[in-house]
Amino acid sequence: MSDQLALLPGYLAAHLQLTLVALFLGTAVSLPLGIWVTRHPRAEAVVLGLAGMIQTIPSLALLAVMVPLLALAGAASVRAFGVDIPSIGYLPAIIGLTLYSVLPILRNTVTGIRGVDPAIVEAARGVGMTAREQLRIVELPLALPVIVAGIRTATVWVVGIATLSTPVGAASLGNYIFSGLQTRNLAAVLIGCVASAALALGLDGLVRMLEIGVRTRRRGIVTCAVGILVALYVATGATVVRDWIGTSARPITIGAKTFTEQYILSEILSEEIGRTTARPTRIVSSLGSTVAFDALVSGALDLYVDYTGTIWATIMKRSDVPTDPAIVLAEVSHYLTDTHGITMIGALGFENAYALAMRDEAAGRLGITTISDLTAHAPQLVMAGDYEFFSRPEWTRLAETYGLRFRDRRSMDSSLMYTAVASAQVDVISAFSTDGRIAALGLTVLTDDRHVIPPYDAVLLASARLAREAPDVLAALRPLAGRIGADTMRHLNAEVDQQGASPHAVAEKFLARPGELPTLSPAP
Amino acid sequence: MLRLVELRKRFGDTVVVDRLDLIVERGERVVLLGGSGSGKTTTLKMVNRLIEPDGGRVEIDGTDAATLAPHELRRRIGYCFQQVGLFPHLTVGENVAITPRLLGWEPTRIAARVDELLDLVELSPAEFRDRLPASLSGGQQQRVGVARALAAAPSLVLLDEPFGALDPLTRDRLQQSFLVIARRLALTAIFVTHDMIEALLIGDRIAVMRDGRLEQIGTPAELLAHPASEYVRTLLATPFQQIERVRRATAPDGAP
Repeated sequence: MSDQLALLPGYLAAHLQLTLVALFLGTAVSLPLGIWVTRHPRAEAVVLGLAGMIQTIPSLALLAVMVPLLALAGAASVRAFGVDIPSIGYLPAIIGLTLYSVLPILRNTVTGIRGVDPAIVEAARGVGMTAREQLRIVELPLALPVIVAGIRTATVWVVGIATLSTPVGAASLGNYIFSGLQTRNLAAVLIGCVASAALALGLDGLVRMLEIGVRTRRRGIVTCAVGILVALYVATGATVVRDWIGTSARPITIGAKTFTEQYILSEILSEEIGRTTARPTRIVSSLGSTVAFDALVSGALDLYVDYTGTIWATIMKRSDVPTDPAIVLAEVSHYLTDTHGITMIGALGFENAYALAMRDEAAGRLGITTISDLTAHAPQLVMAGDYEFFSRPEWTRLAETYGLRFRDRRSMDSSLMYTAVASAQVDVISAFSTDGRIAALGLTVLTDDRHVIPPYDAVLLASARLAREAPDVLAALRPLAGRIGADTMRHLNAEVDQQGASPHAVAEKFLARPGELPTLSPAP
Repeated sequence: MLRLVELRKRFGDTVVVDRLDLIVERGERVVLLGGSGSGKTTTLKMVNRLIEPDGGRVEIDGTDAATLAPHELRRRIGYCFQQVGLFPHLTVGENVAITPRLLGWEPTRIAARVDELLDLVELSPAEFRDRLPASLSGGQQQRVGVARALAAAPSLVLLDEPFGALDPLTRDRLQQSFLVIARRLALTAIFVTHDMIEALLIGDRIAVMRDGRLEQIGTPAELLAHPASEYVRTLLATPFQQIERVRRATAPDGAP
């Protein structure tokens, strides 16, 4: 709990920063746009329709789609001006959140101005106001309560949605929630939720205070509220500004996807780079799978661990499955270098394959040991997969080759999936073969007897930029190749997932005992 | 002097004001009288271009109103609305001060003018200056409306049924106050009403409008003595007939 609380100031500051900047930009865009719309009624349907459409995009998707879009923009910008645009982290989060804040502010600005009594608007014209004076002296002050209500709605939304900045690489209170859910650290999840709720209430109160001050013309209140907002902004902004300006001393950015193994590996990489090269590093965790790859391609990310099968199926879109994993490894390596300039530093020494798993008891009772055995029973069973599993090509081929048709399919968070199958709420899950919980919860991994699932050797990937600018880092990491076997990885995962150790502590312990391979600890 | 020359306005297929000619002399109060839909309010709003005419022109002291920027024209013309239209977020004093403020007067001059006008409309400045319109009665609000219209010492004042929404007692008091003020300041004014008695009491001349046309214009005495049409005759006879009926209905039995 206390080591989690130690992270709070950083995450809170980052979250506040994202929220304040997005709200400021959102207001700066929406307010003039809303005013313009009331002057051009024909544009209203189009503008409000567009803003409404943005709102209907699921928030996680809106943020995630900014990553490839910015990568495209970055590539164009490099060609045109020689300046790259960061495609993960602060920028995609800010753009997504700003877009999200537009609708409530825009709609309330239009409603507020429209709602001013026509007799009063006519009086404003009648006493000789210009259109601008009419807006400033009469319409805006009278629409203010409605406009502020819109800003307050946006505030509460943006604080909540800012937790989704984590998967696109911007630190936020979402880091607590994503990593907490994954590592089954409920205290972390709770801290994330409570802090974000408190932040929403606090900011909402502050905006309300500002409105009361403006409406009752009490300068003291206005000055106080503005002062607090500016102070918050400056206090939280310092770190972000440092990141922006300090691109020359940019830390080496290591990515981690949304599961335990990735957290541990990113910590190992960070520690190892720190020990051998003394270069500063930065971990961007809980990234979506394709977000991580896109970011590595664009150079926004320098290093992360991916799996050959994932690149084979998802990126290269290959459907054939060679029996020799070495062939897949070699072809993936060539593909990455030739097509994207990415260096494969090496295979770490273990495979983390997608696997179908059932409770030992159920598998034994039904006599299922292979996926072929499963086919006949599938129509009576419920299968759960992680968020991406059912849309991955691996699943399509599994279902086609084995003729799998389940009674029901559910997508859920991978950390909850294991509990669900252990307590018999679902029958089959898409497990990761290195997951410590397979042994701990008494699960059977079904044999892929028709060899549909490609090999998933964990490989350490480096961006073209890192290879060019910091070859010493690549050299420093090369010795890690082959050093982490499947048992070691399972053991490290179990220490986090079952014994509640932090990924950082587990990584330090691993590196402190060179040569000695920790044995797999018995399940608690 | 105000001159309306062949003023025209149509909304869709309906001709609302049809080639209207009217002259208002300096210091004269002209009442536009007519039923609803007769075009009197539209005519009034064309004078300060709240509604733009389709044809014809408005001349104020020889200047064509169309050559001025609308807001500059309106700052020179006082306007008093039926719905009063006080700005609810501004105090009484700020409402009265609005046109002088738009004209860029010195703050001390504005403050003195506000007090002077509140005195004129019989609202104690000390008591009312800093209150919000919502805390005032309907009659008090319309007094503020009149004060606002007069604030910048306009050469012309337009009043659109200013007392229409008030109860009879308040209306009577305000009509009398207005007459006193108008005479003292020698206001040039156009006053729109559909109330015959108000028209007879306030107007130096009455312009009777019907279906967008000027039916007849003249002093109350001229209109009563020589109505130009059956419509004008009936219209002006109505209040006297009403008074007669009231007298009969309330007279003791058997009285003549």
